[in-house]
Amino acid sequence: MTNENTALNTKINSGRLNSHEDLNALRQQIIDKHDPTKLEVLVCHGTGCIANGSMEVSETFKKICETSGIDVKIKPNIKTTGCQGFCSRGPLVLINPQGIFYQRVKPKDVEEIIQKTIINNEPVERLLYKDPKTGEPIKTENEIPFYNLQERIVLHNIGKIDPTDINDKIAAGGYQALAKALTTMTPKDVVTEITKSGLRGRGGAGFPTGRKWQGALKAVDKKGGPVYVVVNGDEGDPGAFMDCAIMEGDPHAVLEGLILGAYALGSNNGYLYIRAEYPLAVKHLEMAMAQARELGLLGENILNSGFSFDARINRGAGAFVCGESTALFTSIEGKAGTPRPKYVRSVEEGLWGRPTVLNNVETWANVPLIIDKGADWYSKLGVLNNTGTKVFCLVGKVNNVGLVEVPMGTPLSKIVEDIGGGVPNGKPFKAVQTGGPSGGCIPYKLKDLAVDFDSLTKAGAMMGSGAMIVMDDRDCVVDVALYFLRFLEEESCGKCIPCRLGLSRMKEILDTFSHGKGSEKDIDDLISLAKAIQDGALCALGTSAPNPCLTTIKFFKEEYLAHINEQRCPAGVCKDLITYSIDPDACTGCGSCARHCPQNCISGEKKKVHVIDTQNCIRCGICMDTCKFDAVQVN
Amino acid sequence: MIKFNINDIEVEVEPGCTVLEAARQYGIEIPTLCYHEAVAPSGACRLCMVELKDGDWSKLVASCIYPAAEGINVYTETERVQNVRNWIFQMLLAQCPASVEIKTLAKKYGVTSSRFSIENPDEECMVCGLCTRACEEIVGLSAISMVDRGVYKKVGAPFMQPTDVCVACGCCVTICPTGAMRSYIDSVRSVRSVTLTPLAL
Ligand SMILES: Cc1cc2nc3c(=O)[nH]c(=O)nc-3n(C[C@H](O)[C@H](O)[C@H](O)COP(=O)(O)O)c2cc1C
Ligand code: SF4
Ligand code: SF4
Ligand code: SF4
Ligand code: FES
Ligand code: FES
Repeated sequence: MTNENTALNTKINSGRLNSHEDLNALRQQIIDKHDPTKLEVLVCHGTGCIANGSMEVSETFKKICETSGIDVKIKPNIKTTGCQGFCSRGPLVLINPQGIFYQRVKPKDVEEIIQKTIINNEPVERLLYKDPKTGEPIKTENEIPFYNLQERIVLHNIGKIDPTDINDKIAAGGYQALAKALTTMTPKDVVTEITKSGLRGRGGAGFPTGRKWQGALKAVDKKGGPVYVVVNGDEGDPGAFMDCAIMEGDPHAVLEGLILGAYALGSNNGYLYIRAEYPLAVKHLEMAMAQARELGLLGENILNSGFSFDARINRGAGAFVCGESTALFTSIEGKAGTPRPKYVRSVEEGLWGRPTVLNNVETWANVPLIIDKGADWYSKLGVLNNTGTKVFCLVGKVNNVGLVEVPMGTPLSKIVEDIGGGVPNGKPFKAVQTGGPSGGCIPYKLKDLAVDFDSLTKAGAMMGSGAMIVMDDRDCVVDVALYFLRFLEEESCGKCIPCRLGLSRMKEILDTFSHGKGSEKDIDDLISLAKAIQDGALCALGTSAPNPCLTTIKFFKEEYLAHINEQRCPAGVCKDLITYSIDPDACTGCGSCARHCPQNCISGEKKKVHVIDTQNCIRCGICMDTCKFDAVQVN
Repeated sequence: MIKFNINDIEVEVEPGCTVLEAARQYGIEIPTLCYHEAVAPSGACRLCMVELKDGDWSKLVASCIYPAAEGINVYTETERVQNVRNWIFQMLLAQCPASVEIKTLAKKYGVTSSRFSIENPDEECMVCGLCTRACEEIVGLSAISMVDRGVYKKVGAPFMQPTDVCVACGCCVTICPTGAMRSYIDSVRSVRSVTLTPLAL
């Protein structure tokens, strides 16, 4: 990501900062350089939008602005940002200061945007988001329900700032919390503030962050330093990308949080463990660290306070289990990433056997907000014992796929239906899988459930890192349970027997159900085996692995029984239990199904009703996907 | 000394002792497979699980690793403990059906059959890693190690080829709890041909 405004930045005089005043002066200088009337074009360079071609969009903007001889007065700043959140509408382009929101922008649309919006200050109507209920176009981001029903504090800067430019972050208030802490707070004050805020770890288990830090301090008292601070950026849940979005879109937030934690704990060394599949996150954090070092915000004698701290990045090779704390430590230590079988807490014996504080990316990103605005402000967000907000990745059968941040305790239906816009087919959602493969499946009847650590755990699910997979009536719960078991079986490190053998054996039983075999006794066996794995496995990958299966049995037992007793898959997914046929009334004889069928088992004359030969049909469902007239049915 | 209870019997042990060691000192039986006094415990087989209780709170831990602590209440035969054991035995009977040792131990705890399908009727190894720990910690050679991960995890010499590093000491064979190493060792050690040269006096 290179930006127009880096040219501007070079004019900013930014040597090493030696005090809070220096930081403020730099901030003022950046703000003064910025002309508030000048238009800004923010092109989303989040992973989703890049995949949809947003790089070509930003290139086209730059090219046209360079070559078309636009008046310098109106020539906009073109900025590329992290994920703007509404990924299913990408590539996204935001025009500031008006806040005009353009969706699904193609390179060929750029010319028109420049002509109409940049030069003549009028919107390009066809690129605006349309209210799904009224069909009315909505002009600005703030008016779109997907955004205005959220409470974006961690995501506040993401999609607004250029993550590769520390000046952009400083203008937005970056490193103010750090400067405040270093000049007006003792390390103990920082720990107290975090404790008072009620912040709980966003990596899944929700352990109180303040308590964790205090535990590490106690261990340091007992055995002396050094103590390490570590960022867990291993994010491996299928469907989760919030930590990725934070690291890519606002890397300084994570870094500032880490430095604050290091100050609070008296740590001089930190590690950021980031999965190698996130090269952009690694790159942005590397750039952020280099820029912070140059300004004296990282490294020796930070802001001339006498406190020194530096950090380095370790790349994880993408094993899900390496997100587990002790496996992560062994991986950083250069050994095979398997969980340690010890009953000691990481705060006492973590990395290199030293007291260590490991927190999730989002947890760290919350820290500067708390220090900046105070624990009292923070603890008013959310609900009792579950303060603050949580970032979720809304994916699956939901209209608005993207990054969503809401206060803890927000009802599930508000997230999925109001913000997420519900299920594409207009029916109520069937279930929502929270917490990824370690979480559980929450049925529609619990749609008013408050989404926070404690309520989710009580329902048998788990907050997990924040993936929310929405399912509709075409998703089979047996298939879903199988999907997560397959994932975890692949990801098991294989060290302990309940996980290595148990997950395969759970799969073996579930497999019989998906073939319409098995008995109710097998369901009881499955539950009993699942409990043995929960009780017996060595690490939390194994102990939480049965959750998806157990919650689907708990909430959708009838669907299991339909498979077993009636050899019927109500969702029409389990291949052995379904047949495809063509509705003669709906078929127009277009022949699309026949052309796409890999088995060549659909016959029929042009413009006449087509028929599927069920003997040769492999039930791949391709015909159903290709038929434009919804004539293919599953029975 | 540390005092605590196992099955409501008070026991007293040296600090640093594990719950399993304490139980053995007092003649309380806990089944184990991957544990051996001679090497560091690895907590792999999970047969030694016991239940810790404190009022309403309870939790299962691996006794071969869990350090004895003042005042804890340990139970070795609760329903949850037995459930874990039962399933582990059933899975082992299907996974390494050829191991006589596993059959004998399972039978002792009342498990004689398994509901699961058998993939390899000749398999004896349960992939507990005791042999590799012995080769590393006792012999100091690491001729064999655990390769791959998850369901594919297995014991092997580098590249699954016989290796000269192995001195055929037999330590792994002795320590293997399932008997698998008895035959597997032949694929680890390379056959050495020794040529004696007369001493030049
Ligand atoms: C199998 C497994 C995978 C995990 N993956 C992650 C992960 O990708 N990111 C993360 O922050 N925590 C992950 N965790 C949780 C961490 O072990 C740890 O609890 C967390 O990083 C602590 O930070 P927090 O208190 O800020 O949540 C995982 C745990 C398990 C058992
Ligand atoms: S529970 Fe699974 S991932 Fe964790 S140590 Fe056991 S085998 Fe490895
Ligand atoms: S026999 Fe070979 S593999 Fe076995 S412990 Fe001895 S040296 Fe290691
Ligand atoms: S050969 Fe024996 S000791 Fe080695 S892993 Fe297999 S069962 Fe364990
Ligand atoms: S990637 Fe562009 S909105 Fe998420
Ligand atoms: S003997 Fe304790 S886990 Fe194997």
